[in-house]
Amino acid sequence: MAAPNEPKVLGDVGKAPGQLAKPARVENTLRKARGPGDDKVHTWPHLVRIEFLVLLLVLAGMIIWALLVDAPLEQPAAPTRTPNPSKAPWYFLGLQETLVYFDPWHAGVVLPSLIILGLIVLPYIDINPNGNGYYTFRERKYEILTFFLGFHVLWISLIVIGTFIRGPGWNWFWPWQPWDVHKVVAMTNVDLPYLVGLRGYWTSAAFGLTVIVAYFAIGVAALYGWVVRLKGKDFMLRWGMLRFGLVSFLFLNMIAIPLKIALRIGFNVKYILVTPWINI
Amino acid sequence: MSKWQEIKEQIVASPVWQSMFRHGYDDTPRNRVLMVSGNVWLHLHPSKVRRHGIRLKFTWCMGGITFLMFLITVVTGVYLMFYYRPVAQYAYADMKYLEFDMPFGMLMRNMHRWAAHAMVIAVWLHMFRVFMTGSYKPPREFNWVVGVILLVLTLLLSFTGYLLPWDQLSVWAVTVGSNMARATPLLGHEGPFANFVGVNDVYDARALLFGGGEIGPHTLLRFYILHCVFIPLVTTLFLIVHFWRIRRDGLSGPPL
Repeated sequence: MAAPNEPKVLGDVGKAPGQLAKPARVENTLRKARGPGDDKVHTWPHLVRIEFLVLLLVLAGMIIWALLVDAPLEQPAAPTRTPNPSKAPWYFLGLQETLVYFDPWHAGVVLPSLIILGLIVLPYIDINPNGNGYYTFRERKYEILTFFLGFHVLWISLIVIGTFIRGPGWNWFWPWQPWDVHKVVAMTNVDLPYLVGLRGYWTSAAFGLTVIVAYFAIGVAALYGWVVRLKGKDFMLRWGMLRFGLVSFLFLNMIAIPLKIALRIGFNVKYILVTPWINI
Repeated sequence: MSKWQEIKEQIVASPVWQSMFRHGYDDTPRNRVLMVSGNVWLHLHPSKVRRHGIRLKFTWCMGGITFLMFLITVVTGVYLMFYYRPVAQYAYADMKYLEFDMPFGMLMRNMHRWAAHAMVIAVWLHMFRVFMTGSYKPPREFNWVVGVILLVLTLLLSFTGYLLPWDQLSVWAVTVGSNMARATPLLGHEGPFANFVGVNDVYDARALLFGGGEIGPHTLLRFYILHCVFIPLVTTLFLIVHFWRIRRDGLSGPPL
């Protein structure tokens, strides 16, 4: 332990209080000066006792939960009697909710694949050396905000909507509204090319494709300009085109979900691109 | 010296005891290290850890809780396997039998189900915490990748188990959850470009998962084996790698 009057950092001797480094820095420098071994404690008892107490508490909690709440068991399986609504297990309901806005191949296959891909490449596309092993918002603002958008705003809130708000016919029912299986919802959705006045198949498809290609092209260009302005050309060179390309592709795909939701709710847009093979 | 103490010392000094236990509970630095390094379970830990890495404020204990949930489902799951037959005629009746006739059957089933749900939540919170502390940064990048694979395996474990009660809830939830497989581009019969590949409703990605064109007895057996044997084994392999990597790289913490 440091003596009370020991200078906090060797370099700080003789400096006025205002000139002292920030507390976190002082801690780190202090630790550096003492050598790496100093931070360590014995696993037994320091870590083992925490683990043991948490184990007891969680186990007790699980037993109480299991005593108080019974696992559901409904009628025997009947392949001819489809319940309304049919819901996937709760952890997949965010994806089921995106089925409202995207076709199954996109909502059910492409989006989960991109989520897994994005999570896997995360440590390789994030080259910020700061914030390794401690909590900080200031040193990695954009990483944290992006993660919050994906995990908290999109993944969790879509699960909450799918679990608690969706009723028969996958219609929107507030928790205090009774589920009306005969609720009629007008189908007024149209495709984006139709909305702007295009009626021919080829012109519509060409327009839709242009919109989607333009979305990604403009998005990548805007992200490039923004990153260069924020971090400078040197950072972009260090980051590299592969990392930047992956980040912008994944990010634009993620942003496309709230954008499509806004287009649907605000303008009744069903699809942007319509072809015999895929609709987006 | 009392008689009891004498007996105790004789036992501790006996070759049988000495062959099993190599050190006592002396609170000396050397013994504290031996406690961990001499114990096959505890030596998952290094014998010394960074003070910052073990604070609950830092770890939330979520990785450990996820592993505990895995262990609970293994123990309760083995118990349930004694009474459950993955055959369409019997499965639902076995559930009822298990709930009403087997000692602690209902408790075991509840524990199994709630621990499975809690494991999904805990693994998400663990991922969130690891992200917030930046613990995926070098040198721990690959362990994050292993963690993502374990996250997917957790969801698959939970999903395959969902079918086994063979009631309306399970069958239709799995139907809805699996329908996306038939929309897989190229590989699903309702997906884009299916015509070019020649898949159909009994020969595509979903049929591979189901063991046929729709959910039936074959699916029940398939999901049972995936749930009780295949995915737990794969998960265990990845858990070994996950823990080994933590052991090698040490707990993360602020730079020294």
